[in-house]
Amino acid sequence: MTEPVLRHYGPKVYADHAPFSYPDYKSTVKRGPTRDLLTIVQTLTETTGPGPVWSEVSEEDSDLTTNAGTGEPAIGERIIVTGKVLDEDGVGIPDVLVEIWQPNACGRYVHWRETAFPAPLDPNFIGVGQCMTDDEGTYRFMTVKPGPYPWGNHPNAWRPAHIHFSLLGPSLGSRLVTQMYFPGDPLFFQDPIFNSVPEHARDRMIATYDHDVTEENFALGWRWDIVLRGKAATPFEDED
Amino acid sequence: MSPLPPTPSQTVGPYFSMRLALDGENILTRSDDRIVISGRVTDGDGDHIEDAFLEIWQAAPSGRYRHPDDTRDLELEEGFTGFGRAKTDFETGEYRFETLKPGPVPDAEGQDQAPHIALIVQGRGMLNAVFTRIYFSDEADKNADDLVLRSVPTERRGTLIAELQEGSQPPEYRFDIKFQTDDETVFFDF
Ligand SMILES: [Fe+3]
Repeated sequence: MTEPVLRHYGPKVYADHAPFSYPDYKSTVKRGPTRDLLTIVQTLTETTGPGPVWSEVSEEDSDLTTNAGTGEPAIGERIIVTGKVLDEDGVGIPDVLVEIWQPNACGRYVHWRETAFPAPLDPNFIGVGQCMTDDEGTYRFMTVKPGPYPWGNHPNAWRPAHIHFSLLGPSLGSRLVTQMYFPGDPLFFQDPIFNSVPEHARDRMIATYDHDVTEENFALGWRWDIVLRGKAATPFEDED
Repeated sequence: MSPLPPTPSQTVGPYFSMRLALDGENILTRSDDRIVISGRVTDGDGDHIEDAFLEIWQAAPSGRYRHPDDTRDLELEEGFTGFGRAKTDFETGEYRFETLKPGPVPDAEGQDQAPHIALIVQGRGMLNAVFTRIYFSDEADKNADDLVLRSVPTERRGTLIAELQEGSQPPEYRFDIKFQTDDETVFFDF
């Protein structure tokens, strides 16, 4: 019987991530572990994962300006969001399922729990999309620029404009859910979710305007690369 | 080459269910051989978490993962990916998966581990995903030899073992996920 490939992924660097409890974001305080994580040796359970096998996507899924299926385009500033999903060696990772969700151009989500913010819904926008990365690790979405929206964390709290990203990579340890922001957002200073990430790592969540991505007379282009934990092709590398 | 720094994690927020854990994503199989994994997710006050997001990843009953790295010549059931997603019920904090019981998977030394399911827990108010494993109460002998379980302090081992419910059909295993309380679930770093 063929032996399975047991890759080795380097340790997760917690200093690049938010702490479990970040009291400025109030809901974190009672959620998440308070005891130390228990370190275990990686087995196939940890070094495999659902990314390469799970979802089937269609071309239409990546265009949020039309995937409401009404035949009418969504209202808002049309943007392209594209980039590469990379491993820690900078190699593009193919077959990563990238899923996004976001509010509409007015900051309103299509979700039953959104009841407090009196911003209009857009009947031609459902705010969800998905695509798989190609052989070079590239993903690409067409959407509208999401609006900022208020929330109840603190007085006059507003989330900076953002798009939620979920990435199913090649291993359990590379699972990532994050948010993409836009440069210079005036709401950063008061947003505990953005600021929960150590200062040196925050700019990794911010997209860059790229005129080469912009399509003439149609949509503005934003580029955002995402780095997942792990080095793709190095079975049994020494730990250090 | 110096490694690229990883993109930081952020919370799934309150609206993840627009896209993640859609209806039916918690049903991995309709087979007559299916088992149920269910439980409740609670916070530091013992209150239910109304918007937790759970993902499971597991081997097929043969012990093989549906993944390019698992090249072993073992059976994979048609249509069974080994991946599922669920969200907790808003009113009760309960979740439910229907799946197949996984077979043995080798540990780093090549010895069989006890049957287990990897579980990723996220939610509103969680800035990072946490990882744990679900073991089975009716596999006591294998559990006793399992390297991961043996590395867990004895008094906390029970937090990783799903309890088979007497007389349930299909067999239902209860696995509660607890944060911060004295019986906090064990979570892993790897
Ligand atoms: Fe949001």
